[in-house]
Amino acid sequence: MKNKKRHSLGQLLLAGPYTVWMVGFIVIPLFLIVYYGLTNKSGAFTWENITAITSAVNMKALWLSVELSVICTVVCLVLSYPLAMILANSKMKNSSLTAFLFILPMWMNALLRTLAWLTLLENNGVINTILTKIGLPTIHIINTPTAIVFGMVYNYIPFMILPIYNVLVKLDKNVINAARDLGANAVQTFLRVILPLSIPGIISGITMVFVPSLTTFAISDILGGSKILLLGNIIEQKFKTANNWHAGSGLSLVLMVFIIVTMVISSHYEKDGESANVW
Amino acid sequence: MPNKLLDLIDISKSYDGQTVLDEMNLYIRDNEFLTLLGPSGCGKTTTLRIIGGFETPDTGKVIFQGKDITNLPPNQRDLNTVFQKYALFTHMSVEENIAFGLRIKKKSKQYIKDKIDYALKLVNLDGYGKRDVESLSGGQQQRIAIARAIVNEPKLLLLDEPLGALDLKLRQDMQYELIRLKNELGITFIYVTHDQEEALTMSDTIVVMNQGYIQQIGTPEDIYNEPQNAFVADFIGESNILDATMIEDKLVEILGVRFPCVDTGFGTNQPVDVVIRPEDVELGKPEDGRLRGRVTSLIFKGVHYEMDVMANGYEWLVHSTRMFPVGEEVGINVDPFNIQIMNKPESEDEEAQSTDEE
Repeated sequence: MKNKKRHSLGQLLLAGPYTVWMVGFIVIPLFLIVYYGLTNKSGAFTWENITAITSAVNMKALWLSVELSVICTVVCLVLSYPLAMILANSKMKNSSLTAFLFILPMWMNALLRTLAWLTLLENNGVINTILTKIGLPTIHIINTPTAIVFGMVYNYIPFMILPIYNVLVKLDKNVINAARDLGANAVQTFLRVILPLSIPGIISGITMVFVPSLTTFAISDILGGSKILLLGNIIEQKFKTANNWHAGSGLSLVLMVFIIVTMVISSHYEKDGESANVW
Repeated sequence: MPNKLLDLIDISKSYDGQTVLDEMNLYIRDNEFLTLLGPSGCGKTTTLRIIGGFETPDTGKVIFQGKDITNLPPNQRDLNTVFQKYALFTHMSVEENIAFGLRIKKKSKQYIKDKIDYALKLVNLDGYGKRDVESLSGGQQQRIAIARAIVNEPKLLLLDEPLGALDLKLRQDMQYELIRLKNELGITFIYVTHDQEEALTMSDTIVVMNQGYIQQIGTPEDIYNEPQNAFVADFIGESNILDATMIEDKLVEILGVRFPCVDTGFGTNQPVDVVIRPEDVELGKPEDGRLRGRVTSLIFKGVHYEMDVMANGYEWLVHSTRMFPVGEEVGINVDPFNIQIMNKPESEDEEAQSTDEE
């Protein structure tokens, strides 16, 4: 009986703004994307926009998106884990300040940060100028997938560091001591205790880096010089240049499947709802 | 006399200029149940962490089974620790937790299985092997932590306030359980606690610590009946601690009244501290007492009555099975054997150090 209790008017009023927000900015847009994705210009139902993914251009873009996102995620993970460990274990009183410093660039506009990489990597950019000055051959990075990975890693690495740092800093030091006490050396302690216990952080980090990498179009646009098309760029073109919302929505739905799969896998590892997510 | 299993020699440790241990010397014999007892910040946990290998002393040596292990990492020491708040591996089952040390040592599967079964029986958690450790209660987790340590057959088990997180009833049950375990296993225990009752119940030897110095080492009876200074007397149980003057051997003046006692060697007319336990204060008719006083409060405690008696400007704490109502005039007597005389420390710093030269 009790759980059938009706909510008071006050409670309904308080929930109101959230409901309006969620309906207006989440439910309706999502519904529109599904609607556009599954209809053609005359409004009739079709799978065409979805199956368009199988065209050579789109498949190539999808494959490149997945490939670069995976590379970016792996690079972020490899760079972040040791750093997060150092931050979490440092006896410095201001280790949280140090962690904060890594987040600080995020306060700058993402486009600016990416444009900064453009000036660094350009053929006549900062790096090549220095290389020429000291008599070394110049390198050609800009407008290649490598440049895009640079940009992605730089933009998304804080999303990997933070959740891993959060998990490691909360680890009971006595749990690590217990492993040492029971005979484990430093490597065994890391592999058998620290690493397994930090998996929730790693999974959150992977999700939070992989998903935006997969859908980015700004970074690939700036650092790829519009020559390298990721699926995000194709979707952007469909909406803006081709003005074909149906095709754009269809491809978005395909991308959403990948994201949902990533989310499902990650939620599986976050037991107790004790998520290390920063989102 | 059994061998020294562990010998701490001149151990000092400070953090950020704050001295936690100052030239501490302590040894522990084979098969002893030794308790480090003291208020928080007295250095007892630091001592345990130095023995376990989680801290390195600034000076001094840790000798274990005749070998200097001062700089040996924890994983190379033949001893195990039961941590405060259990420190179990939450990503493993009960079985995997217990097997952790044995797997590191690459024991055979059959050996590990037998050991797990044996350890679970020993801590009365038969059949819990497949459980998730987080599904267990605090008391059960504590038993698993103990099982995880003892399957490695350490010569010495360190216990860092292992019962601190448990409720009173469970704590008392676990005290008996630990004594039983120790007797069954025949290994040496070093136990850290701030709970004096726990220390008195379980230990063979109690080491009372304060501000990085050992105050007194002795059996529970010694510590309770013959505290060497006011700190020990105050920390262990309730007591009346009074300023007094040692008139001569076997005669002490307390609150202006002379009492015969049994202590000698404190000189003549020397200021001393006197400890009288509340249960040793005898109340009777006013005309029979050395001191006269008036009962100011009365509380029934079950086993005894707790009374405050105001006499010669001091409020005496008295435990007695005889009841005297509030306002009644009473006489106070103390048996000479129950008057414990202690040297007066000159300063607070000396108070901490006073018995360090044992």
